[in-house]
Amino acid sequence: MLLYVTQQFVNALSLGSLYALMAVGLAMVFGILRLINFAHGDLMMVAAYFAAFALFANLPLGLALVLMIGGTMGVGLLMERVAYRPIRGAPDVAALLTSFAVGQILQNGTLLFTRLIQKPIQIAFPSPELLNGVIAFGPVTVPRLNIVSLVTGVILLVLLSLFVTRTTLGLSMRAAAEDLSAAQLMGIDINRVIATAFAIGSGLAAVAGLLFAVQAGQINPYMGFTPVLKAFIAAVIGGFGSIAGAVVGGYVLGGLEVFLTAIPGIGDILPAGFVSPEVQAFLKQWLPASLTSYRDAFVFVALILVLLFRPNGILRRREREEMQ
Amino acid sequence: MLELHDVEVYYGSIRALKDVSLAVAEGELVTLIGSNGAGKSTTLKAISGLLRPRVGRVQYRGQPIDRLPPHQIVALGISHCPEGRHIFGRLTVAENLRLGAVQRRDPDGIRQDRERVYELFPVLKERSRQLAGTLSGGEQQMLAIGRALMSRPKLLLLDEPSLGLAPLLLAAIFDTIQQLKRAGTTILLVEQNARLALEIADRGYVMETGRITLAGTAAELKANPQVEHTYLGT
Amino acid sequence: MTDLRRAAGPLAAILGLVIVLALLQASGLAYWQGLFINLGIFLILVLSLNLSSGFTGVFSLGHIGFMALGAYGSAILTLPLREKQEYLPNLPAGLAGVHFDFHLGPFPLGFLLATLVAAVLVALVALLVGLVLMRLSGHFVAVATLGFLVIVRVILFNADHFTRGSRTFSNVTPYTDLWWVWAWALVVLYVVRRIKRSPFGRAMLAQREDRWAAQSIGIAVMPPRLLAFVVSAFFTAVAGSLYAHFITSFSPTVFYFDLTFRVITMLVVGGMGSVSGSVIGTVLVVGLAEALRRIEDATLLYGMSQIILAVIFILIIVFRREGLLGQREIALDRLFVKGGEPSS
Repeated sequence: MLLYVTQQFVNALSLGSLYALMAVGLAMVFGILRLINFAHGDLMMVAAYFAAFALFANLPLGLALVLMIGGTMGVGLLMERVAYRPIRGAPDVAALLTSFAVGQILQNGTLLFTRLIQKPIQIAFPSPELLNGVIAFGPVTVPRLNIVSLVTGVILLVLLSLFVTRTTLGLSMRAAAEDLSAAQLMGIDINRVIATAFAIGSGLAAVAGLLFAVQAGQINPYMGFTPVLKAFIAAVIGGFGSIAGAVVGGYVLGGLEVFLTAIPGIGDILPAGFVSPEVQAFLKQWLPASLTSYRDAFVFVALILVLLFRPNGILRRREREEMQ
Repeated sequence: MLELHDVEVYYGSIRALKDVSLAVAEGELVTLIGSNGAGKSTTLKAISGLLRPRVGRVQYRGQPIDRLPPHQIVALGISHCPEGRHIFGRLTVAENLRLGAVQRRDPDGIRQDRERVYELFPVLKERSRQLAGTLSGGEQQMLAIGRALMSRPKLLLLDEPSLGLAPLLLAAIFDTIQQLKRAGTTILLVEQNARLALEIADRGYVMETGRITLAGTAAELKANPQVEHTYLGT
Repeated sequence: MTDLRRAAGPLAAILGLVIVLALLQASGLAYWQGLFINLGIFLILVLSLNLSSGFTGVFSLGHIGFMALGAYGSAILTLPLREKQEYLPNLPAGLAGVHFDFHLGPFPLGFLLATLVAAVLVALVALLVGLVLMRLSGHFVAVATLGFLVIVRVILFNADHFTRGSRTFSNVTPYTDLWWVWAWALVVLYVVRRIKRSPFGRAMLAQREDRWAAQSIGIAVMPPRLLAFVVSAFFTAVAGSLYAHFITSFSPTVFYFDLTFRVITMLVVGGMGSVSGSVIGTVLVVGLAEALRRIEDATLLYGMSQIILAVIFILIIVFRREGLLGQREIALDRLFVKGGEPSS
């Protein structure tokens, strides 16, 4: 039992790391621009494809990583320059819809590309050896991938937090996220700040994309859609617009998902005699055998509940006017 | 030093400024007075680059600046301390001041100026590690001015520094503004509190519904019966 | 006399439509009939979305969820008894006995009833959803409604007693034809136009100078806005029923994001807040999409049509955010009248 819980705990942390990496990118851009970039998930997808093709070409892992991260950052910066800068100042819904359009372009562009080079839609991902297999810690065996995800996530997030708190550029970003026009009056070049936010967010999404791809074993042009929704939920749970909140939200969501996957169906856990056998049979017939299949729906219900009752996230207690 | 010629500014389809022309000479303290919604803040925003005039020119030391982005205007030596302070509440006092100097590359100069700000406003030094959002209204105003000074501006745009301040603090702040002027900073002061403003200004303009209606030296304006009646409450 | 002249324009248009439909029906050209049916269904979707988002400014990204519920709901109802027993053996007793496959003479009354029943049920769901979600505003309500879309999809995938889960739901009787679709389309056109002209409609539109400035507006405060949302869900469900009985086999994957984005594109191209704009936007986008699809088939460049549509969408948002018509209308009722007030 303890073994099981420990393993699930590690799973939760590693999944949480992935969500945290994605959510931070979203939160950084939202914090400054008030833009929910739904194409963020497609950045993750593009990264996976960059990595896949670099590995197919037998490039060394380090080079493949550089290409992946660099390429994804490039796409992210291009996205900002071409699609989002022209509509800066536009109402939020317009920007959100534009991000969907950008996502469509990335997804179908990738689809087209795979067609042209005559690969199938779903491609098996060439996971590097480093990330395969399991590590044993005494009686507990944990997939190596989970450890790597966890460690990588923590390292990157710590680096990011140092950047944001200790450097001038990071300080400028925090200022811009709080009050964009006041930041401009300080002499902060907001184009640079925004580009930095996109670049960092894209880089983090790239790492998350690689890890997701290894976990899923295969990649397809649509793989980014659900993760970005989850990342968004994570960011909201933690208090949208705040980087720390995104991190917390990511881990909370990871925990929530693993929890929902791990617990048995309701029909089974009710103690005998608590309800009559007929009711129990009814519940068994009509409720899902486990909550796993409804997991995504529950996650969204959680989002809606948070939006309704704690719109500033579960962390925040003070009113945050700048989010309006 | 600063000249505006026939400036018109729009918010969407609503015209906020029309035919606004004014000038500020180096070393002067010029004030822009008028009631709420007269367009005074809008004028400052048109100078600092937050708004772009649809018609007209803004010139700084002979150079047109109305098409420049705000950060380049700051680089030219213009600092805008906005209405309502707009300090970064989630950052510390020290970080706020640091941001004022974000474009500068001379750490010694920055340190010097920071000490000067602390001299001017000792309470900021006490609270330098506190989050700016926890400061009182008066302290935040001091922070806002201090922050604007950190860029060593040649032209300082002050928007309603008196807003929400207790009378005792008012006197202190306006005293400080005078000190700055004497030290050589050119100042364009937007104020609802016309009495205080005209006390310390060299010249002034009166704005009503987006236009300049009166101009003159501070003494002239103080003596003007219309100004007396409408803005000085006598 | 002026009334008659004012009615002349729209009546002429309707007459024109009837002639076109009759010709199409008679011609037996299945491809063009299918295209026009698609056009009609999309028009209903776009008009409904316009009513709910374009007028109120509260953007619902989850509307296709209502379409899905309408499709499955009506299809389950119209399945003939024997098919039901074979095809959906695990339906609860009450539902298993219901089969709306009866006719009144040649008229498929059951189909109409099934559509209406499903749509009413969906409207009730929308009422609940509206009450819950509409306290939010701006992009948060947009994302929450997207959540609704996902939730509906998950439920449809899992409630396989009702929906056969991820397997295709087929054997649906093909009741839908040109006349059904366009009759409903005209009804929706009329209703939405009337609402736009009503005091409530004018108030909603006039309140905001910018069609897209949805941040400050929540729906729960104003019952009329909730009504618009519910009515639009009703018609979206009708479109779902029409779709189900046209395509005759579908699965939950149809009612997801690609379809949502396509409908939004039509809405944006035409102009949010404009009924005529919705018509034009739908015609343009359906036409363009179809043309591009044929090019795709010919060149095997799959995905290209989506890219082009997405680029057009971005161009419109950047350069002409209000869409082709903005809030203006093409005044059919002024076609035969000289002078007089412009209609809005």
